[in-house]
Amino acid sequence: MAKMIAVNIEKCMGCKSCEFACAVAHSTTKNPESIIKDGEKPGYRITVEAYGRNAIPVNCSHCEEAACMMACPTGAVYRNSDKEPVLFDKQRCIGCKMCLQACPFGVITVSLDGKGILKCDLCAERLSKGQDPACVTSCPTGALRFIDEAEVNKEKRQKVASRLVAAQQTNLAKSRE
Amino acid sequence: MVKELKFADKASKAMVKRAAEENIDTVWDRYEALQPQCGFGTLGLCCKNCSMGPCRIDPFGDGPQVGVCGANADTIAARNLARMIAGGAAAHSDHGRDIAHTLLMAAENPNSDYMVKDENKLKAVAELYEIKTEGRDIKKIAGDVARAALKEFGQHEGEVKMIQSAPPARVKLWKEMGVVPRAIDREIVEIMHRTHIGVDTDYKNIIRQSVRSAIADGWGGSMIATELSDVLFGTPFPIRATANLGVIDKDYINIIVHGHEPTLSDIIATVSMKKELIEKAQKKGAKGINIGGICCTANEILMRHGIPVAGSVMQQELAVLTGAVELMLVDVQCLYPGLNTVARCYHTQLITTSPKAKMPGVMHIEFHEDRAVEIATRIIETAIDNFPNRNSENVFIPDTTERLIAGFTAESVFNFLGGKYRATYRPLNNAVIEGRIRGAAGVIGCSNPNVEYEEGHIEMVKELIKNDVLVVTTGCNAISCAKHGLLKSDTALKYAGKGLQEVCRAVGLPPVLHLGSCVDNSRILRVLANVVAEGGLGDDISDLPVAGAAPEWMSEKAVSIGMYFVASGVYTMIGKPLPITGSKNLFNYLTDEMEEEFGGKWAFEGNPIEAARKMIRHIDKKRKVLKLRPMIYEQVFEPVV
Repeated sequence: MAKMIAVNIEKCMGCKSCEFACAVAHSTTKNPESIIKDGEKPGYRITVEAYGRNAIPVNCSHCEEAACMMACPTGAVYRNSDKEPVLFDKQRCIGCKMCLQACPFGVITVSLDGKGILKCDLCAERLSKGQDPACVTSCPTGALRFIDEAEVNKEKRQKVASRLVAAQQTNLAKSRE
Repeated sequence: MVKELKFADKASKAMVKRAAEENIDTVWDRYEALQPQCGFGTLGLCCKNCSMGPCRIDPFGDGPQVGVCGANADTIAARNLARMIAGGAAAHSDHGRDIAHTLLMAAENPNSDYMVKDENKLKAVAELYEIKTEGRDIKKIAGDVARAALKEFGQHEGEVKMIQSAPPARVKLWKEMGVVPRAIDREIVEIMHRTHIGVDTDYKNIIRQSVRSAIADGWGGSMIATELSDVLFGTPFPIRATANLGVIDKDYINIIVHGHEPTLSDIIATVSMKKELIEKAQKKGAKGINIGGICCTANEILMRHGIPVAGSVMQQELAVLTGAVELMLVDVQCLYPGLNTVARCYHTQLITTSPKAKMPGVMHIEFHEDRAVEIATRIIETAIDNFPNRNSENVFIPDTTERLIAGFTAESVFNFLGGKYRATYRPLNNAVIEGRIRGAAGVIGCSNPNVEYEEGHIEMVKELIKNDVLVVTTGCNAISCAKHGLLKSDTALKYAGKGLQEVCRAVGLPPVLHLGSCVDNSRILRVLANVVAEGGLGDDISDLPVAGAAPEWMSEKAVSIGMYFVASGVYTMIGKPLPITGSKNLFNYLTDEMEEEFGGKWAFEGNPIEAARKMIRHIDKKRKVLKLRPMIYEQVFEPVV
């Protein structure tokens, strides 16, 4: 079963730790001090968007019917097989920005060096080492979680079920009175 | 994104539009760019006091509830708040110390450009310090007073003497609570000690020390700043003036003074009237030299010289945007580092003057009190020399100004009530007792881009005077009130309740009184102490039907001010909550339990009208306890009892 980054917007504090961790995870050294010293600009692929006073993390959903992938004329945006994350190959990119326009979530941005795009790769490098995506591990409140797609809904159903049971028990108790 | 101001004065609206057209970022743009701001900081749950951290407490209860050292939300939030108060008290008090140094120099250095302007005030302060005045040379007294004031900052034993200005019942309470400041600097240092890793963990004990430090600010450092400024530069007397960006004159050499201390700006104001400098300006094609103030420096020279106010803290960049400012000179506090970015887009020469506040890439002409006139002359000459660099095609000065009356003090304002020959607070107390005036409120503080600019200030003040609450104002609230015509009797009285109108008309006072800069909040304390001393309204400040508010606060100084008002027994309302709401215990302590201990407490309410009504309810509660007569005139807003 594929895992996804599930967002619980109520828990987001707007601290932007995820943005920071994303940039570090996609840098050469993975070391914040040297990134600043060397002037590297790895950029982040998740954005904490302000909507009124709310902070909402917006990230790539790795869509099944990925519009970015379909729009890409060179195959620079690709996926290895079904259920796998949508990836980006800088070598094949011609910089046409079709993917950026096609993405309905606005999570693809032009790379800070102007060459190619910034796109979530679900931290493929970290996953291969058995680590969760950087944004998820950096989130201090658990607003971001890396869990099974099925589990996301399972949790919601469990919550609904618990409420129903509670309601039922109150009703029963009342009828006994 | 083009930011649009919805409530502010016309001049600010026009200038923000111009900033967008010219593609120049101001405080509002930077605020937007920073959204969303970190919730941990907002709730006070982030601690970076040691390098085991930074630690963050999960406010939702799932994640860590203590930092690496074991400090919980209560401790962390209290420590952060205490450090804010240390910062605020330090800023105000350091200002006071500089004024005391200047007074010492005026007394001892025969070449000093400063002198004692108000001997009566000097003698009053001397009396408090138990310094003999009879038959003594004024300079000798001034020297002794300055030394006594300076001693308050770093003395090793005893207590801060200036706090004896508070009502005796209040001082007694402070003694019982163990919050009488021993020395001004010491209390600030002790906050830094207590909030170091592994010292004070009890949130109430941390707040206790914050209270002591805040008292050292309000009844100590700030009061010294106010009193000695009056001695050196003259006690203000009601004066007419003009406010808003329209005071910048395209035909003149415009110098904007911005910051807080009056030492340099007062000299600039005087020196700018020198004939040879005006002639020099005219040779360059200008009609003369025009000085305008921003922020609290503006308030200082406004109330003593009637120098026009260009704007409040949020208008500092807008003033430069007119393209007609030859020179902006800054000293300390509330100077946006972004100012230079805007200044570089125009010919405006930005000058830093304090060794405490430099900006990279900005011309620094260091101010030394012993060469005040010489340095002021040099600065004005720099402005004159810069006049030919103005691009007259890119000048845009909004044609908006408003008239105002400023310069009330604890001494002058109520002389009005009693008349010239029998200055007394009696008529004020009587008006409150009779039910013509419901009570008084101090509405003060900064402006903050996190709310609609000026809406909080203006709506609150209008709601208060509508309900017969006399308003005293300082700092940037005073400037906002000025720009909206509330410091002028004829316009302001339109908004006032009938009882307040009667009193104001009878004595010729506006219903909103400008009491000065933000260190001059000590004047409000003194007014409160005088009202208590006059009698008939209880024995302590906490008995009075009064409230305080800072609807658009942003600085650490505002937190220190709020805390010394609470510690003095005043119900203190602020707009955005203090950054402590992540700790339920601390929240309850500050907004509820503190009242049992000090008679004052904090309150948070973002809606200015609702906030004003909560203040009015508090005032009514106090009236009831004092068994004062019901209000004479029917009220527009009937508070819930």
